[in-house]
Amino acid sequence: MNVKENDKELPSKIQELAYEFKVKEAMTRDVITVAPDDTMKEVRKLLQEKRISGLPVIDGDKMVGIISIDNFINCIMYGKTAITVKENMTTDVVSLNIDEPLIHAISKFDKFGYGRFPVVDQSTGELVGVITKGDIIKCLLKKLEVNYHEEEIHRYRASHIFEDIISSKTSLTLRYKIKGGDYKHAGEQSGYLKINLLRLGIPPRVTRQIIVASCEAEMNIIIFTDGGEIIARVQKDKIRVNAVDNGPGILDVEKAMEPGFSTAPDWVREMGFGAGMGLPNIKNCTDDMSINSRPGKGTNLEFIVYLEI
Amino acid sequence: MKLTDIVKSLELEVFSGHRFLDREITGGYVSDILSSVLTHAQPGNLWITYQRHLNIVPIASVKELSGIIIVSGRKVDKETLEKANEEKMPILGTSTDAFQVIGKLYRMGIKGINENV
Repeated sequence: MNVKENDKELPSKIQELAYEFKVKEAMTRDVITVAPDDTMKEVRKLLQEKRISGLPVIDGDKMVGIISIDNFINCIMYGKTAITVKENMTTDVVSLNIDEPLIHAISKFDKFGYGRFPVVDQSTGELVGVITKGDIIKCLLKKLEVNYHEEEIHRYRASHIFEDIISSKTSLTLRYKIKGGDYKHAGEQSGYLKINLLRLGIPPRVTRQIIVASCEAEMNIIIFTDGGEIIARVQKDKIRVNAVDNGPGILDVEKAMEPGFSTAPDWVREMGFGAGMGLPNIKNCTDDMSINSRPGKGTNLEFIVYLEI
Repeated sequence: MKLTDIVKSLELEVFSGHRFLDREITGGYVSDILSSVLTHAQPGNLWITYQRHLNIVPIASVKELSGIIIVSGRKVDKETLEKANEEKMPILGTSTDAFQVIGKLYRMGIKGINENV
């Protein structure tokens, strides 16, 4: 389960990085170039010595073409190694701008099948670098590693809290204030709770159970009350959540637990809330649930999910 | 199958999350009741709904859905889109109704929850 989830995350993370970082961050800046009048023999020497597969051709300060191993192979085939670069080079050069996201570079590699692209500074038109697939992979791996380290540090610090803190019983309390009637932010506080539980090293399955229940409880507070609080107590062996509000209270708790029973007004139902599934949902996805409610006073809904230790 | 494949073949309008269309879809889930989405939808599912208000975003986000298709030509307001982009949640739109959208998705091989693919 865990492995599968990570697999799914990986491509989108890399993609995110490929959008975030620019060509200039991955490209090689020390560009080796040749002139149009250089001979293919000189090109061969450079390719061999520098262990590269292609060179931009520069006339003055302008890039006029690109010459690669492919061009060189053609020369050998036709036995014309003595001739000059300008007679062999590819003049129809596709280049990238320094500020393009890496994802553009990746799609150009896919589209054209070239081994490298020259990189141009669009403000001056000058050649400033060269980028290969290898450069992109190196860059992304480096960024990924940095990301991973940051994540590790987070996870380490938080997930060891129960071993690091010595007490007879350690309980970490997370409180989230919920505003009554605030439909615009419904679900937001449960989202924060989710991030924190994962950061504390709570297994994803348990986190999901808690979050489904806490989302429902959050909606209930928003729909039916003037506001309240969701209080999650994280302990070594269980997570206990209380959703507390100051009214109006539930008239008939037993009835409220029946799937499909709802006192929500029509306009709330039209939004897809208030289908009478909230409380039954909470009961189904938690290990223990209880409601303490007094009409006119308020409600304290409690649910618990146990951790296997 | 990826979201982009579906965007292309159903000619969906991409309202938000343009950068996250590369997500793999694990199946489809249809409901206008948020509670049922919370309970039944699986991570990576594509959610087809008539709802278009802001709250669909946190629901999809906590359930780690791959995206939301809003049917029947309903448009989404700016606030919802901002939230969706913030949460990296693709919202897609189509003028066709839910029945046809789901039919097309099914024919493309997108299955429901608990259904063998």
